[in-house]
Amino acid sequence: MRDCQDISVALVGSGGAGALTAGNFLQEAACAAGWHGLLTRTVGAQIRGGEAAALLRLATHPVECLPDRYDLLIGIDWLNAQRFGAEIEVGPQSLVIGDPRGGEPPPVVAAAGARTVLIPFKEMAKAIPDGRQNMIALGVAAKLLGLDAELVSALIEKRLAGKGAAAIRASRAGIEAGYRAANGIDFDLRLAQPAATSGRRWLISGNEAAALGAIRGGIRFAAAYPITPATEVLEWLAPSLDKVGGTLLQAEDELAAINMIIGASFGGTPSFTATSGPGLSLMIEALGLATAAEIPIVVMDVMRAGPSTGIPTKSEQADLNIAVYGCHGDAPHIVVAPQSVVDCLFTTQWATYLAEALQTPAIVLSDQFMGQARSAIERPADIAFIGQRMRATDVVYPYKRYALAANGISPMAIPGTRGGQYTADGLTHNERGTPTSGAADHQAQLDKRLRKLEQFNYGSHWATIEGDGELAVVTFGSLTGTAREAVARAREDGIEATLIAPRLLAPVQPQAFARAIEGKKRLIVVEQTHGAQFYRYLRAHYDLPAATHVLNRPGPLPIRPGEIHQAISEWRH
Amino acid sequence: MATLDMRLACKPADYKSDVKPIWCPGCGDYHVLMSFTRAFAELGLPPEQIVVVSGIGCSSRIPAYTSCYGFHGVHGRSLALAAGLKVTRPDLTVVVASGDGDGYSIGGNHFLHACRRNIDMTYVVMDNRIYGMTKGQPSPTTESEFDTALAPGGTGLRPFHPLVVALASGANFVARCFSGEPNETASILVEAIRHPGFSFVEILSPCVTFRPDEKEWKSLVHPAPVGPTNDPAKAARRIMTDDGFNIGILYRGDRKPFQPAFGTPTADVAALEKDFEL
Amino acid sequence: MSKPDDAPKITSLADLFAVAYQIEADAVERYETLAAQMETHNNPELVAAFRDLARAEAIHRDEIRRLAGEIDVVEHARKVATWRRGESPEAIELGAAHYLMTPWHALQLALEGEKRALAFFASVVETTKDADVKKMAEEFVEEEAEHVNLVNRLLRKHPKPRDTWSDDPDPPNAQG
Repeated sequence: MRDCQDISVALVGSGGAGALTAGNFLQEAACAAGWHGLLTRTVGAQIRGGEAAALLRLATHPVECLPDRYDLLIGIDWLNAQRFGAEIEVGPQSLVIGDPRGGEPPPVVAAAGARTVLIPFKEMAKAIPDGRQNMIALGVAAKLLGLDAELVSALIEKRLAGKGAAAIRASRAGIEAGYRAANGIDFDLRLAQPAATSGRRWLISGNEAAALGAIRGGIRFAAAYPITPATEVLEWLAPSLDKVGGTLLQAEDELAAINMIIGASFGGTPSFTATSGPGLSLMIEALGLATAAEIPIVVMDVMRAGPSTGIPTKSEQADLNIAVYGCHGDAPHIVVAPQSVVDCLFTTQWATYLAEALQTPAIVLSDQFMGQARSAIERPADIAFIGQRMRATDVVYPYKRYALAANGISPMAIPGTRGGQYTADGLTHNERGTPTSGAADHQAQLDKRLRKLEQFNYGSHWATIEGDGELAVVTFGSLTGTAREAVARAREDGIEATLIAPRLLAPVQPQAFARAIEGKKRLIVVEQTHGAQFYRYLRAHYDLPAATHVLNRPGPLPIRPGEIHQAISEWRH
Repeated sequence: MATLDMRLACKPADYKSDVKPIWCPGCGDYHVLMSFTRAFAELGLPPEQIVVVSGIGCSSRIPAYTSCYGFHGVHGRSLALAAGLKVTRPDLTVVVASGDGDGYSIGGNHFLHACRRNIDMTYVVMDNRIYGMTKGQPSPTTESEFDTALAPGGTGLRPFHPLVVALASGANFVARCFSGEPNETASILVEAIRHPGFSFVEILSPCVTFRPDEKEWKSLVHPAPVGPTNDPAKAARRIMTDDGFNIGILYRGDRKPFQPAFGTPTADVAALEKDFEL
Repeated sequence: MSKPDDAPKITSLADLFAVAYQIEADAVERYETLAAQMETHNNPELVAAFRDLARAEAIHRDEIRRLAGEIDVVEHARKVATWRRGESPEAIELGAAHYLMTPWHALQLALEGEKRALAFFASVVETTKDADVKKMAEEFVEEEAEHVNLVNRLLRKHPKPRDTWSDDPDPPNAQG
């Protein structure tokens, strides 16, 4: 029996088997007992009954990415599981548990050479009144991980309280049966004891964290149209905004959603929407309007595989181009990218602060992986980034809404303010806001809007920069955690590498980036895109060393820490 | 309650800005601007309490010609801008200005949902049955045989009937006006603004440049034969036989306006964290 | 379009002065509006023509105010000088403007306005039961008749424009 710092478990099942529920409970039980954990899932396209896998990584330390492979793979059944392909990769050291009547394991699993054990989930469930296979699988997994049975059962009781005593009884029986079935199994990994934590801990998804970050940042109005994988942001936001005196409106489409939040922001309320790639495409025109009329809004894009309808349930990072360059004309604005589940909270809050301070749209580029992953985190401290735009209060009509301030930020009159009347306009305008086709005004206003972004002090939050050495791994978004792990493994091998992950993607920070890569001889850019969008973006705006490699791949398969580690190791000189 | 300051702002001239309109002389929209300022004066609202929201088109230029707050947004989306604004600032008086292209073509979807949503605002569409700003293409209300460059010989399509659509979609106040009767239009606007919920006012407003034939509208318009009803079925019967030139208020309904609770928290942000605690 | 009961009711001398005042005040505002339109549309001849008309109406307006003596015509007009349908008689039709219009067109419109005002006061003379109102209204009829004559004399100076007056060699410009 080896103590290890992290163990990964995948639970697969279909047609109502309840694999995802089992995965949820497993994470919650382990995290309640003090471990860290990251839970994601992968599903088929069906609304119900499709093949599903819960992917859980438990550890004694915070984890922000999926493992290279799963130590334990439990197949409640294997129906259509081959569709997951390499997402549920196992290795020769892994343990695979399946139901003899659950179909054949997928070829990639069979070929891995892992040890296989059979447990008749279906039969065992039938033997229990109202018994369910996923509870048995949960019991098996919990036992193998060394979780306390009572802890697990107590959790189930709490979570199923609404379903009645019979359901609770059946679940407990299933878990106990699973524990018994796992008794004889030889699984030589055991999670080391977690470090004691003093703070309060949460179990939260990236989407929920983003929504809470928005509210903490001052957002009180949201309008949105549902789209996978952003819908959970809205689902948490709707009742939560109601509680804090705000409101969420479901709009008829994304065109309405973004215009509604622009209208609300014009009226003085920090406003927000969340969408995915196809929705962001629809919103581009209005993003230009908000940029030109200098109206703060926060737009979250939980990126999914594209282009067009793409793969709605899978992650990718290829909306970078449209987020930065999507608007016609020259329309610079803020683009930020959270780096982990917990960072979704900070970055969305920071985006709200930036949008309001700079009177401009801020796009938050999250992705399906982070958005729908659930992680155990320490309660994030309250931070001082609250959205607060500069208001024009003591004004005389006609006032200059777009006055050419030295720092580019002109005070904004909120409707109701006497003397502050002006007409916000997407048409090119003069300082007063009156439309003009004159060269001097057009230039002056373009300069103003660029200046306000460029002169702003973004502080150290603009990027995560860790480590030393001549090689740097440059990435963004959810790959930050993956790259961090790869760099840590390289360090264990004696290779020093730096991690550079910009959180602020636009406006670019040439001086700060140059300082970060000073002395670096080799760069590896890592991104989950087909067209190497991030690499080309870096090349467009920053001076990169001649020796720069790109490790890019589109979704749906995540880039593993092992792949980045290998890229670092193989490129010594 | 009118304060001294408000009474000072009670002349129509106080609601006009110094920006000179670029509308062609002879354009019906000049009259509409007059109707706006007369209506605002009649209502006695301070200009800073009124927001005029528009999209794109000749008629959408109107916000900057008033001394109120304004938002000249993008094509077809004025109702969405106004919805977000009004829901979060129910204290403001929101008037949305549009045209037959902006409102019924690209804005058509938002029109349906705005009527359905019934947020308290007034939607004024200046209908000239043509796209003026882009030089004369047919609009959804253009007659099917009207010859234009983009549809030689006419579109062959049945014109859109906005009052029918408004009524069917749930608008709480439906009226038609003629720009050439600015006083009558002003008094209908006053009623529309005062009426709770979504008020829709179509104003026939001739285009002197691309529809000189619309000069004859002043002899075609006539007062509606019967006064407004609060029965949508009666209103529906009347509008289905309407000749397109009945002037007056068709329908004044009793639907409760949509206004979610806003601005009064019942919990603080920290309370929201309970959802996540392990 | 407007019928007699769409126009203000005159029941006293104060009403008459207030309405007469408003008629002239509306005319001033209308001519100034049109002058501004002509300025934006680069028709300087018409800017001058409309500004001249505005000035003339302003004189009439101020004269009425003086004649009214103690009566606060401005305040009283707000209450009584409203036209439910149509507009006040000398507020010439905005829809009849054209960016290429000539002074002859402006004067034709002004002439129609003066005639409408005359007809308005004539109907007051006809219908009022109040002797003072009738006397004053007769004065206003004479005034308006003089204005009609003046405009006619001005018209003699401007020949009727040719049929091609509204031809513009340039096509319209798209703006949006």
